[in-house]
Amino acid sequence: MGIGKSITRVDAYEKVTGGAKYTDDLRPANCLVAKVVRSTIANGLVKSFDLSEAEKVPGVVKIVTCFDSPQIQYPTPGHPWSVEPAHQDVADRMLLNRRVRIYGDDIAAVVAEDEVAASRAARLIRVEYEEYPAVTTVEQALAPGAPVIHEERPDNLLAHSRFTIGEGDFDEIVKADPSLRVFEGEYDTQAVQHCHIEVPVSYAYMEKGRVVVVSSTQIPHIVRRVCGQALGIPWGKIRVIKPYIGGGFGNKQEVLYEPLNAFLTMQVGGRPVKIELSREETFSCTRTRHAIKFKLKTAVRPDGRLVARKFEAWSNQGGYASHGHAIVANASNAYRHLYQDEKVLDADAYTVYTNLPSGGAMRGYGIPQVDFAMEAHMDDIARGLGLDPVELREKNCMKPGYVDPGTGITCYSSGLLACIEKGKAHIHWDEKRAAYRGQTGPVRRGVGMALFSYKTGVYPISLETASARLILNQDGSAQLQMGATEIGQGADTVFTQMAAETTGIRLEDIHIVTVQDTDVAPFDTGAYASRQTYVSGMAVKKTAEKFKARILDYAAYLKKRPADTMDLRDSAVVDAHTGEKLVELADLAMEAFYSLDRSVHITAEETYHCKDNTFSFGCCFAEVEVDIPLGKVKVLDIINVHDSGVLINPQLAEAQVHGGMSMGLGYALGEQLRFDDRGRPLNGNLLDYKLPTARDTPELNVGFVETIDPSGPYGNKSLGEPPAIPPAPAIRNAVLDATGVAVDSLPLNPQKLVEQFTAAGLIQ
Amino acid sequence: MLKLIQMTVNDKPVELAVDERESLLDTLRNRLGLTSVKRGCEVGECGACTVLVEGEAIDSCIYLTVWAEGKHILTVEGLRGPNGELSPIQQAFIEEAAVQCGFCTPGLIMTAVEIVGTGKKYSREELRKLISGHLCRCTGYQNILNAMERIVNETYRVVGK
Amino acid sequence: MYDIEKIHLAKSVPDAIAALVKDPSAVVICGGSDVLVKIREGKLAGCSLVSIHGIRELEGVSLEPDGTIVIGPATTFSHVTNDPLVEAHLPALGDAVDQAGGPQLRNIGTIGGNVCNGVTSADSASTLLTLNAELELTGPDGVRRVKLENFYRGPGKVDLAHGELLTAIRIAKADYDGFGGHYIKYAQRNAMDIATLGCAVHVKLTADRSAVEELRLAFGVAAPTPIRCHKAEELARGREIGPDLFQTVAEAAAGEVNPRTSWRASKEFRLQLVRELSRRALKQAIIHAGGAVEC
Repeated sequence: MGIGKSITRVDAYEKVTGGAKYTDDLRPANCLVAKVVRSTIANGLVKSFDLSEAEKVPGVVKIVTCFDSPQIQYPTPGHPWSVEPAHQDVADRMLLNRRVRIYGDDIAAVVAEDEVAASRAARLIRVEYEEYPAVTTVEQALAPGAPVIHEERPDNLLAHSRFTIGEGDFDEIVKADPSLRVFEGEYDTQAVQHCHIEVPVSYAYMEKGRVVVVSSTQIPHIVRRVCGQALGIPWGKIRVIKPYIGGGFGNKQEVLYEPLNAFLTMQVGGRPVKIELSREETFSCTRTRHAIKFKLKTAVRPDGRLVARKFEAWSNQGGYASHGHAIVANASNAYRHLYQDEKVLDADAYTVYTNLPSGGAMRGYGIPQVDFAMEAHMDDIARGLGLDPVELREKNCMKPGYVDPGTGITCYSSGLLACIEKGKAHIHWDEKRAAYRGQTGPVRRGVGMALFSYKTGVYPISLETASARLILNQDGSAQLQMGATEIGQGADTVFTQMAAETTGIRLEDIHIVTVQDTDVAPFDTGAYASRQTYVSGMAVKKTAEKFKARILDYAAYLKKRPADTMDLRDSAVVDAHTGEKLVELADLAMEAFYSLDRSVHITAEETYHCKDNTFSFGCCFAEVEVDIPLGKVKVLDIINVHDSGVLINPQLAEAQVHGGMSMGLGYALGEQLRFDDRGRPLNGNLLDYKLPTARDTPELNVGFVETIDPSGPYGNKSLGEPPAIPPAPAIRNAVLDATGVAVDSLPLNPQKLVEQFTAAGLIQ
Repeated sequence: MLKLIQMTVNDKPVELAVDERESLLDTLRNRLGLTSVKRGCEVGECGACTVLVEGEAIDSCIYLTVWAEGKHILTVEGLRGPNGELSPIQQAFIEEAAVQCGFCTPGLIMTAVEIVGTGKKYSREELRKLISGHLCRCTGYQNILNAMERIVNETYRVVGK
Repeated sequence: MYDIEKIHLAKSVPDAIAALVKDPSAVVICGGSDVLVKIREGKLAGCSLVSIHGIRELEGVSLEPDGTIVIGPATTFSHVTNDPLVEAHLPALGDAVDQAGGPQLRNIGTIGGNVCNGVTSADSASTLLTLNAELELTGPDGVRRVKLENFYRGPGKVDLAHGELLTAIRIAKADYDGFGGHYIKYAQRNAMDIATLGCAVHVKLTADRSAVEELRLAFGVAAPTPIRCHKAEELARGREIGPDLFQTVAEAAAGEVNPRTSWRASKEFRLQLVRELSRRALKQAIIHAGGAVEC
């Protein structure tokens, strides 16, 4: 009764009326304000502070520096913790860092009565540094004699991983078969930022000897753990509350300033203290999507069958490990998933420290980067072989039954070929490819496409675990409590649908608790990896089954008949066979609460430990018009088609795809974080960072191919991140089709295009 | 320094002492509890703090409260009917699934109020331009435009100019 | 909350001037979209402000008996665009200021602020240059007038003494009557952006509409300040509408401008835009002037 229906969001009313309270909306009136003091160099050491002027500013309550804060190194990524030290995240930063590794590093903090006093004091703090040369590129960081950014990694290499799938040596395979064609390419992706409209914000205070942190986070339970680790205090002494949140996209799958916030309230006797980053700080001092450079080499038969491939990737990590190597490792895994080789794939991936802002999780977790490289490369191969790009892909792409040799992840269901058919039909692929051949003139059109595959959740790389709780009310309604978080994607709505579906309680009688409070919310690692409908959804299902069973047990007592002869439908207990109504759930609930004979408070809570995974798929088809003399690309038509298994809520699913496409369009055409050679940000604000406006966004078309995935709780697979993946390569390939110019780096911004069109002789 | 000012907020006259340094955003959120008015950039680039001053949409983050003396201010909190019923614009945002994280939503709704208030008909391209002072990262603007288009057309049918 | 030392809310032009004279460090604020941002950045933190926001005598557009159009500097961009006099006589200007920032910004940002902050990317500037706009400046010693072209003194620097206010932007009838105009803002985004290059054209055609009688061409972001391209204008005089005209103007303009390489755009890229946009803006302006262009 809940699945597959486009019910309106359970939180929409609150969000259109101003009733939804986000972190800063809840801040207590007497809250102090903290401002982080930031380094004005990207690489070096803080030698001393002169606080004398700052301390005189009226309203300043406390100044804490890196010399008097805990010297505990801790990790920040929103990963499930591992009890095995070898699998724990890299702990390479402190609350405040004396050893400065990025421009704007956290070196001190001012707590004041208001933000003007805090900012004034922060500006007046004098800092003496020992400055080292800033390293901004992977090449610089790996060069012999490069400045060492973390002493634990003297070569600046955070990690290197490699794998070989299949057998044989690439060069020997090529040598042995002269009919093979070899293609090589280098593809480069840029650093971008999440640009959630609500900046990272938290406030913290103390209550009964514990620290309460209210934060805009995707991962409240992980924030609690990391605060405990960073401060060296028991985790139970920390309570984290997550209210409504204004977007996250992975940046809030990171423990950002909550530990410092917790520390600061402890420094002022537990008074509430707020840390709200500015937009500029958000750009430069939180996390980014890694810039990754790829070198790809492919041996292919003339008919397009992939025989052997080599993959090398270098990921620019920035100053701190954050999610670190997991991102490029995920990218290299995806490279082996979507297409398989007859003989062998060799992959090498490197993650390198530099003095730029740290790369972290951002929608797609390495896959937008690799998909650009892989799908640009596939088009280059198709062009070289004179094959239709679609045909080349269809010949090589993953089919149902595929088992990833590295992880055992199995392709249980795939609608990929059907997605391609839908995309082709929408864009009129064959007609337009033919029509746009041999164009001349300054304005030309083209069509392009790209595929992707994406797994669901993080198993078996990491733990997947989730809990849910249902509590029956006297009127037969129920609270659904999740540890999983609503961050705008619609999680609360689909969990509600799932609970209604499995319990038989009416949708309007399932009250989901939007706020996570680690004191009372069940455990869940949070919103990331497009995992919640799949993993936490199964927790809802298990909990709902148990809840229903307990209700029917009580019905068995009331009705004096076996529980298995009854069912719960539309909030009434019915005869399972005839459907005859036996008792309204509301009446049963009253009885259960207040019966003098047998009072039972009906609740259920279940943990789902997920030990499975599956692939979702999709494609993007785009038609562009390129104004060559101006370097402008106009997207005339674009469609994403997804196989995300069964759609729990089709309308919300489509909306989710819109947002991802828009993010993909920004990635393709304009977004790029830029830095000077000293690591200083050049465009860390919403004017200079080209987030698409409504006028930069075309009509967004969405298609679905619904498969039923046997491993998903309701046949569903991942959907949250995938829409952001394929637009960038599809647009790049459309520009190639229009102009014959293969642009091998993102974004395809006007200046780059004018330069490349000029080099190609298209601009005289 | 505190200064006494009078303005009309959501059809209610208010008189209050404000710090001369306050933005209208600060005053609405911190003194009047109108937290639908969101802070996203503080420099007039994201549109999350949009409110109507004398019927015109402005970014309240770059508007000093002292300038609002004697003016009419409208925020999302002032849109519901006497019995709490939603305005047609709010209803359209809900039904068209134009809301995701919800942080840009109140500001966009206020721009919609300004647009609908003209009683004119607008093409989709014109609507794109009219909402281009709002950044949204969740929706790609698609369903927001759907909601806008619907409400503009419905209004035009009734009061068409 | 802004880090402002104090603010004087001026009731009139003389009140504002008196307040400025009294406080040599005070900064004038009108719409706020520029000054408040600078205060927040720290550049003007702790400053004293004299607010001319809401002074009625500085707002609105009017027509003098001789046909001169007078634009109050405190008129917001959106009020400039929607003003009937602007719509009738200065459509290219209305269109140009309609491309600044986004709608909410255009409801507070003023045309006078856009001129006085002296930045080369100001969306109103190049079009006002092609209209030979004249500025009326009022100070403690009275009123003086200066041509907009002579007002710019360098990046962000204008010929405005402390204590002086811009009190009117004047456009004579001869400078708009019979002209067709067009402004192209080239930016990476189609809204909420700063111009990579701005190109404004006003053109008057010969009676038979086959040739250029007078061309006015100006650019933003092609030099440290908004600039006119007088050589290109001279070369266009009397020239037939056709490929030769467009080529001549484009090449001459590229020779006259002086764009720089910054992280936002390279000099070469901006020069390419100068060539291409001068062609395109001129074509459109000719069409607006009643001429025909074969594309």
